[in-house]
Amino acid sequence: MSLAFKQETFRDDYTFRNSPEAIRRFPFPFPEDQYMYSVNIEPHTAGPKGAVTEFTLDVDEHYVAECRDKAITLEQDPGRCASLPHMMDAEWDFLEFTMESLARDYPEQFSLSKNGKAWTWINRPLGIEQSFVFGDAATLPMGPFEYMGRQVQGDFVLLDQREDTLFADAGIVTSQADWSLAFNVGMSWNEWHGPVPQVTKLGVMDRALKFLMSLQQANPVRRLNWTMTINPRLDTSPENYPLWGGDRNKVNEQNAGELAHLRVELQTLFRMPRSNAIVFSIRCYLISMQEMATYPRWAKRFHRVLRDLHPDLVEYKGITKYQQAVVAWLSRFDDGADIGTGTQPE
Amino acid sequence: MSQLQVKVASIQDVSAGVRHFTLVDAHGGELPAFSGGSHIVVTMPAPGRTYRNAYSLLSSPEDRAHYEIAVHRQPQSRGGSIYMHEEVKVGSVLDISYPVNLFALSRVAKHHLLIAGGIGITPFMAQIHDLERLGGDYSLHYGFRSREHAAFADALKGRVSQRAVCYDESLGQRMDFDALLRAQPLGTHVYACGPQGMVEALVSTARALGWPEHHIHSEQFLAPPVGEPFTLKLSKSELEITVQGDMSMLEALEAAGVDAPSLCRGGACGRCELEVLGTDGELQHHDHYLSDADKASGRKIMPCVSRAKCGYLELNL
Ligand code: HEM
Ligand code: FES
Repeated sequence: MSLAFKQETFRDDYTFRNSPEAIRRFPFPFPEDQYMYSVNIEPHTAGPKGAVTEFTLDVDEHYVAECRDKAITLEQDPGRCASLPHMMDAEWDFLEFTMESLARDYPEQFSLSKNGKAWTWINRPLGIEQSFVFGDAATLPMGPFEYMGRQVQGDFVLLDQREDTLFADAGIVTSQADWSLAFNVGMSWNEWHGPVPQVTKLGVMDRALKFLMSLQQANPVRRLNWTMTINPRLDTSPENYPLWGGDRNKVNEQNAGELAHLRVELQTLFRMPRSNAIVFSIRCYLISMQEMATYPRWAKRFHRVLRDLHPDLVEYKGITKYQQAVVAWLSRFDDGADIGTGTQPE
Repeated sequence: MSQLQVKVASIQDVSAGVRHFTLVDAHGGELPAFSGGSHIVVTMPAPGRTYRNAYSLLSSPEDRAHYEIAVHRQPQSRGGSIYMHEEVKVGSVLDISYPVNLFALSRVAKHHLLIAGGIGITPFMAQIHDLERLGGDYSLHYGFRSREHAAFADALKGRVSQRAVCYDESLGQRMDFDALLRAQPLGTHVYACGPQGMVEALVSTARALGWPEHHIHSEQFLAPPVGEPFTLKLSKSELEITVQGDMSMLEALEAAGVDAPSLCRGGACGRCELEVLGTDGELQHHDHYLSDADKASGRKIMPCVSRAKCGYLELNL
């Protein structure tokens, strides 16, 4: 597959745009007119050709620009990548997993050759060639987790399984949605999901945890989560709130199509072999309302979901200030027709 | 679930009733890496019913060319170990699960105390490799009935003699759990694998001494939800479908072309729930979704993981 990587930004002048092909493959998350949390976990099996789930890790037209944006965020705040000392096996598992899957699925862009423990990694889009010894961190320019975390789109958390729960003991997090808690390495499942409204009473989190504890090698799973972001900004961290929080007040019925973006996270979870850790990958896809409305079925669907969203979720997702403006902008596409179930664009 | 295919490369009788199998990838490739304490589930297609037994991997987790397991022949068992002893030969091809670890070493422990009884030594054989590689602090205590039951005493002697203590019961040597546990430094995790009585005694001694629950580990295997075949009667479509012992209800429905919804296929999401109209046996619930009351009512079942021990099960489908 040949990929044309775009030159674009996710900050300052915000030149990020989706091509028509990127819009068509957007992981639209709403099969129905209403949305509520559920244990929406399914096997991460290969999706149709061209879909974001076609391969283990999705590399798309935004790859180079996203890696560059990640590097800027890490330079400004190196604390966005952290790993506890007992996670070293998991770091190497992560490096092997990402290198092997990229080289297998995108052979024109990436290659990996192995001679025993002497490995050579080539990343053509980013212009990287690196020989190193697997298992010897001194032969890489930085820790194995950060090294590959910088070369894959999205955020990654490595979860250690012990004490009947999961601990987020390593993370590289540069494009999180506005988590209401700053991400802390070492937090447990219940600690990081504590502030999520509505879910405990639905029993969602307990079931999801039990399910993940028995996640098996070679049987990864995925789920979609979503929120909204004003401007195509990846780094909407609480730490940088002053840089982007104010944009929420700028949305009105005229500019909502351009400013407001649906932000979908494709979350995938993989059991690692040596460390028994779980890799939690959070891949963010952005689409403006204008881009979405090139498929009126999606605009109708999202109009209904957003209009009728439970007030707790509106608040939690930080949509309160501009919900009405976006609903008003989308309403022109919604004739009220029954569009059935399913996430397809047409 | 994805499976691996392996070929038996060699078989060795290592001690009374214990047979040691070396497995290689059936297609000549590398086997997946794993962490010490992992087990694989071996599928054994015996005539009339399929067995699935879990065996700990005892080879080095870094050795991607082989897996090794040891099978203790248990005459009164369900039959899986007998199948392994009598039917499986060098060259036999077996379906196995990917390695699963429900007996993992804690990566934050200050010291690891490993307690093995008899064939319970197997998971520790692999864990010792991990501990040596990571420079972990540990001691291993290995009890056996007599020298001829001591499957791995010699292997240990060569490798890690200064960290391993052997107890030969026939010579009156016995572990004193109370003294052993009291002598451990703060932050120690204890791991027990062996006969049920031994494991229970160790666990209750540790609890009585006030050890934190999360510092006490005992081997548990993922009980694979397989069983005997039974028949599904679908009331709406008036179909009868046989669920084989090595198939889930959901797989059997799908194979018969019935449109049965599913999502997680692991008993968590709730999507596959079906209404039970009747059965001549009992439901075996393995899901995390239904409440205890729902399970007890006998009216609902999650066919992705649950099944029934019965002749027939009638569903509103
Ligand atoms: C697959 C199982 C999982 C389920 C069902 C699940 C579910 C959820 C839900 C429903 C939310 C609220 C999100 C929103 O409305 O935007 C949430 C938030 C979150 N989840 Fe998960 N999650 C899962 C796995 C994980 C894992 C493995 C991590 C590891 C770090 C994680 C970290 C978080 C964090 C940090 C938040 C934001 C919490 C906040 O803002 O306070 N989740 N999760
Ligand atoms: S498919 Fe999710 S509970 Fe059965």
